[in-house]
Amino acid sequence: MTSRESNRGPGFVDLVETALPGAVTGRNLEALDPWIECPPARLAEVCRWLKTNPHVRFDALECITAVDWFEPDPKKAAKVAWQPHIELVYHLWSTSARVSLVVKVKLPRWKDDVPGSLPEAPSVAGIWRTADWHEREVYDLSGIHFTGHPDLRRILCPEDWEGYPLRRDYVMPLEYHGIRGR
Amino acid sequence: MALSIDDDPRIIEFDVRTDEMLVNMGPQHPSTHGVLRLVLRTDGEVVSEIEPHVGYLHRCAEKIGENLTARQWIPYTDRMDYLAAMNMNLGWALAVEKLMRLEVSEKARHLRVLIAEMGRIASHLVGMGAYGLDLGTFSPFLYAFREREKILDLFEEACGARLTYSYITVGGLTADLPPGWLRRCEAFLDQFAPVIAEYHALLTTNAIFVKRTAGIGVLSRELAIDYGCSGPVLRGSGVDQDLRRDGESIYTSMYDGYAFEVAVQKDGRYPRDHAYPAVPTDAVLGDCWHRFFVRMLEVVQSMDLVRQAIDRYSACRGPLGEPAKLTEKIPAGDAYLETECPKGQMGFYVVGDGSPIPWRARARSSSFSNLSVVAELCRGCLIADVPAIVGSLDIVMGEIDR
Repeated sequence: MTSRESNRGPGFVDLVETALPGAVTGRNLEALDPWIECPPARLAEVCRWLKTNPHVRFDALECITAVDWFEPDPKKAAKVAWQPHIELVYHLWSTSARVSLVVKVKLPRWKDDVPGSLPEAPSVAGIWRTADWHEREVYDLSGIHFTGHPDLRRILCPEDWEGYPLRRDYVMPLEYHGIRGR
Repeated sequence: MALSIDDDPRIIEFDVRTDEMLVNMGPQHPSTHGVLRLVLRTDGEVVSEIEPHVGYLHRCAEKIGENLTARQWIPYTDRMDYLAAMNMNLGWALAVEKLMRLEVSEKARHLRVLIAEMGRIASHLVGMGAYGLDLGTFSPFLYAFREREKILDLFEEACGARLTYSYITVGGLTADLPPGWLRRCEAFLDQFAPVIAEYHALLTTNAIFVKRTAGIGVLSRELAIDYGCSGPVLRGSGVDQDLRRDGESIYTSMYDGYAFEVAVQKDGRYPRDHAYPAVPTDAVLGDCWHRFFVRMLEVVQSMDLVRQAIDRYSACRGPLGEPAKLTEKIPAGDAYLETECPKGQMGFYVVGDGSPIPWRARARSSSFSNLSVVAELCRGCLIADVPAIVGSLDIVMGEIDR
């Protein structure tokens, strides 16, 4: 029985670097969930490689998450060690090799630092069909525009909802179509 | 006298013009398992396209999770899959424990297996009973709920709640079992074992049931993986994957020493660990019948696991151990863990920043991915088959909408 831990060590991550030079900009294979980082422009390319490479075939995408690294409180914001950004986290799983891998992508919180203009990442819906709904959810709740997605609409919130609830600076609306919030 | 064209019923029948029509099924349709709305594009009885609309139950539990400590979020996981709340508690508790590097006592470990497998039986009973309702038969629902009631009674004795338990929590469980509980649990199992044959007679081998499910909504292996399907939906398509055996060590170690065989068809046959009816000749691997049947096998498998857990739990001496403090700090870092819930692989992702409140709490819903395949399965099927296909996925909207 192979457990998920068996992919630690250089292994196939070196293979990714050889096949796609410059696509892996960071890695931590000692973390609880081993991860690699890649630039947003090369995400689709890396994902396609990871899915089709015969060495480790990551045929299942388990989850896409966006983490908003932003501290709205200026006092606390002065203490944090990171710059505000959004992190996209892709959890991959190989059903044949029973191995998991995490791909992380860093995005600006707003495209060109214009508040309200959504940061962009390439869609992987053409690679794993799980991504179709997951990207819609991330778009809906965290406000990331996935370029090339076949049908990028809100999925959980109503179509006319404003704002992206999982952003750290989101303000809960006080009223929606005459329904009082709070 | 010869009939004119207008009088000949055969000619009139073939003259009926059909139009495409949009039909809304739900959000209050009884066979949609909660508030799911399906928009069907139909031509006569044939569905050409189907689009699920979800979100009617959306509460943004993930945002709430960013404002509560890890243990305070446990009740919110109850309300995701409210039919298997024990398993949801376990998923979140294990994900946080993975990040905190916490280990629970041996006794707590066996009690967790016991409780989680009882939860699986309860969930599959609802899945089975409600599936009968979807297909127009009422009695299996009553048979299933009669037995589920007894499980809920046992849960109520253990933790005081019948639906939203919050029993399994970070670092252990909130309380130990009351005296005499194990005996009553064994009595339930003894009484429940012969009932399985009734279920098989009512549904599994029922000629009408087989006609409605065999060969309907066939989901291929590749498609199931591509859409991220999991649990009985994935195993019903013949993919041999069960996280209790194949998952991460923090989860599989819970089942160390337990003997069970994954309920999946291998080389044309299911594991023969108990008497079960033969697969009908019309059934194709990956159809509604197989998804249903995998659930039925898992009920028996879980009963067996519960018996094993009772033995191990009662052999454990020493205390159960205290759960983590309500304000236990979550270390900086992130951890993702999927567990095998009755509906499928439920994933929890927790990001910590050193404070007791997680920076990000994410729930990856199994029903969410399982439902996304419905558009693919229903293309070209009859309207009457739509409830059969949706029901066979055994979705729960609280988990999809979160």
